[in-house]
Amino acid sequence: MAPEPSLLSMSGITKSFPGVRALDGVDLEVQAGEVHCLLGQNGAGKSTLIKVLAGAHQPDDGQITWRGEHITLKSPIAAMRLGIATIYQELDLVAHLSVAENVFLGHEPTTAGFVVRGRDARSATATLLKRLGHPEIDPARLVGELSAAQQQVVSMARALSHDVRLIVMDEPSAALDPDEVDNLFRIVGDLTAAGVAVVYISHRLEEIRRIGDRVTVLKDGRAVAGGLPAESTPTREIVALMTGRNVEYVFPPRPPAGTEYPPPVLTVEGLARDGEFAPLDLELRPGEIVGLAGLVGSGRSEILETVYGARRPSAGRVLVDGTPLRPGSVRSAVRAGLGLAPEERKAQALLMLESVTRNVTVSTLSRFARAGWLDRRAERAAARRATRELSLRPDNPDVPVRTLSGGNQQKAVLARWLLRGCRVLLLDEPTRGVDIGARAELYAVVRRLADEGLAVLLVSSEVPEVLGLADRVLVLREGLVVHTAPARELDEHRVLDLVMEGSPVPTQSVTEEGSATS
Amino acid sequence: MTQPATPAQQGGPDAGPSPAPAADAPADGAGPLRLLWARADARTLSLLGVLAVLVLIGGITKPDEFLDTRNLQLVLTLSSIIGVVTVGMTFVIMSGGIDLSVGAIVALSSVWASTVATQEFGFAGVLFTAVLVGVGCGLVNGVLIAYGGMVPFIATLAMLASARGLALHITGGKTQTVSIDGILRLGNRDAYVLGVPPLVLVFAAVTVIGWLVLNRTTFGRRTVAVGGNAEAARLAGIDVRRQRLYLYLLSGLCCGIAAFLLLALVGSGQNTNGNLYELDAIAAAIIGGTLLSGGRGTIVGSVLGVLIFTTISNIFALNNLQSDVQQIAKGAIIVAAVLVQRRTASTT
Repeated sequence: MAPEPSLLSMSGITKSFPGVRALDGVDLEVQAGEVHCLLGQNGAGKSTLIKVLAGAHQPDDGQITWRGEHITLKSPIAAMRLGIATIYQELDLVAHLSVAENVFLGHEPTTAGFVVRGRDARSATATLLKRLGHPEIDPARLVGELSAAQQQVVSMARALSHDVRLIVMDEPSAALDPDEVDNLFRIVGDLTAAGVAVVYISHRLEEIRRIGDRVTVLKDGRAVAGGLPAESTPTREIVALMTGRNVEYVFPPRPPAGTEYPPPVLTVEGLARDGEFAPLDLELRPGEIVGLAGLVGSGRSEILETVYGARRPSAGRVLVDGTPLRPGSVRSAVRAGLGLAPEERKAQALLMLESVTRNVTVSTLSRFARAGWLDRRAERAAARRATRELSLRPDNPDVPVRTLSGGNQQKAVLARWLLRGCRVLLLDEPTRGVDIGARAELYAVVRRLADEGLAVLLVSSEVPEVLGLADRVLVLREGLVVHTAPARELDEHRVLDLVMEGSPVPTQSVTEEGSATS
Repeated sequence: MTQPATPAQQGGPDAGPSPAPAADAPADGAGPLRLLWARADARTLSLLGVLAVLVLIGGITKPDEFLDTRNLQLVLTLSSIIGVVTVGMTFVIMSGGIDLSVGAIVALSSVWASTVATQEFGFAGVLFTAVLVGVGCGLVNGVLIAYGGMVPFIATLAMLASARGLALHITGGKTQTVSIDGILRLGNRDAYVLGVPPLVLVFAAVTVIGWLVLNRTTFGRRTVAVGGNAEAARLAGIDVRRQRLYLYLLSGLCCGIAAFLLLALVGSGQNTNGNLYELDAIAAAIIGGTLLSGGRGTIVGSVLGVLIFTTISNIFALNNLQSDVQQIAKGAIIVAAVLVQRRTASTT
């Protein structure tokens, strides 16, 4: 591979959004005919990077070289013209148009420049679909009537309808059944054999082993490793790169082993959601921090949101002090003393236009009101007490919450539930978007709240965080609890082994890989 | 709307675990607060400025007629009816919704409250009917939107069509004269209180109550929360659906009150009453700084928006300009106001 100039080379790509540096000097180098895998946790910058490559985002800095020439990708059309096609995770198809119309959207074969030759488009589409191994899809059908897997094939046909040299696939297997995944891999194999390069994004390491040639790992907007051999790099090394060992975690001490907890405040009995997570049993005692560890897509956040009533369970129930909550009712959960600090703080928790006070008191408003009339002084004083208790900075409840740092915004959310007198705190990725320095402080706050009698259910994609903060850990894989143990009996390697080992089709995939490589 | 570095921010993005020197400084709190207040005030001031310019134009072009007490009383009276509707509309828009049916509800309320049968129950009967019909329409809107999952635009569009249709059905296209002296007297000069028409007093009362509800009650706070981030409000334990229901009830209530004021002013119920009120009310709220996507807005701004519109119409009428010119000017003003607001929003 080495002597040929690479097909694509991106160097020093930097992209900032208000408040976030999404990409911080990323390098990526792709050869013609290879499957180059892009790995990284949520928020590592993968999406931003492929959007830069697709011409959807303009980088602030950095250079892109395409077949030996410097280029700028001003728009998605510009990228398309060069032969870069992107298949996004959320498929960008028009449901009310036919398959052929979607495939040739924007570059329809025409007569006299504007009369669409529908028959030509349909026959060309049929050829493409046959090449992709799906001759059964009728080019005249509406895309909205197709299954997710078929839609993906259409999306790929659209990419191939251009003279394409590089295809970016963003988690293409996420919505597919195992045999559909096999077909996808066959297509990828055909493409690379024809000299097309594929940039493949997936969370599933075993897929990367099967079809990948090289791996680039992103972490916090940087490429921490580029061009590793996909087959021979040890899983642990890849995961260590993804999670990053450079962070010094400082965790508060936990209660001594053999601590007697009071009877459980929260009981989860057979709680399940079809297609998301299998029936789950869980007891949470006051003073205890229980962690859920698992990869993205293992059902962690879904479990938390279902316990909280934000999603309606398909089976099972949640009890607080032995009294069942109304299924699918957030209000019932909040009244019983549950509080959620959700994963997407800005979208799910905060009123970004409002002050800290108003964000903190939003769940407790009636306490400061007589017949609906607010005592604003009491409200502000209470918000101030709650935020001071968590040392929220700045110590001023009147500033707009959007001006706070990530860690302090999280404290504002915690203060909301503290003020409410909540007894069960559900934390979903509590340190996402929080500076390293502020994390230790947040950990200490959570531990202190637990010591004061709060029961905490913690979800995090950062294994060390779960192991360091929780007393007891449930390991999840594909919506199923595969292991439960006290945190001090686990280490990171053990958890990662549990989280990763065994794909849904382990034996089958191995044999196929063998036959494919032979 | 990022702030210029407030004293609070200068401690760095995250003051972190380092114990900031015991920041027990209430003086600190005044800084950003005053800043916020100043900004809120700036918008109000600019609206007042526009109004002042309009008054100046009116005073210059038609000095005798425009500044005449009777004319000013007329402007305020005309503002009252659409103003009451706009207060309700402001709440709905602030919650991220829209109510296209206000004009039709005013028509239906005014018609239902002015039938011969209703008028037999006298002053109270007419008032009660107007309010009840308004609230009833609001209830239908609210239930469809909050619990039926309908998009506000569609639900209230359907109400617009149906309520107008029902109003036509009730009147058969005829004008229903109000024959209750108590109501008619409200529009007469001899009922003015210190020169202020009673309709204007009602408008003022609705404005004050609206302001208090929005800024000083849990209801107002929840409205803003639902409009600012409905998902966050839901996850914070707010009953978002019930709040939405109440908001459309409130809008209906305002329409009922407006319908009664209209009966007092024109002395008759017609199925064409309140024509295009929905557009005037939405436009006034937007000019007043209410965000169409919800979460931000003020009652004062909306009321100023109403006054600006009514004043423009009055000046045009006094100068014998046709109503088509008026319409064009109104459209231009809406565009200009929104552009200016965008600008200030992006620069501050």
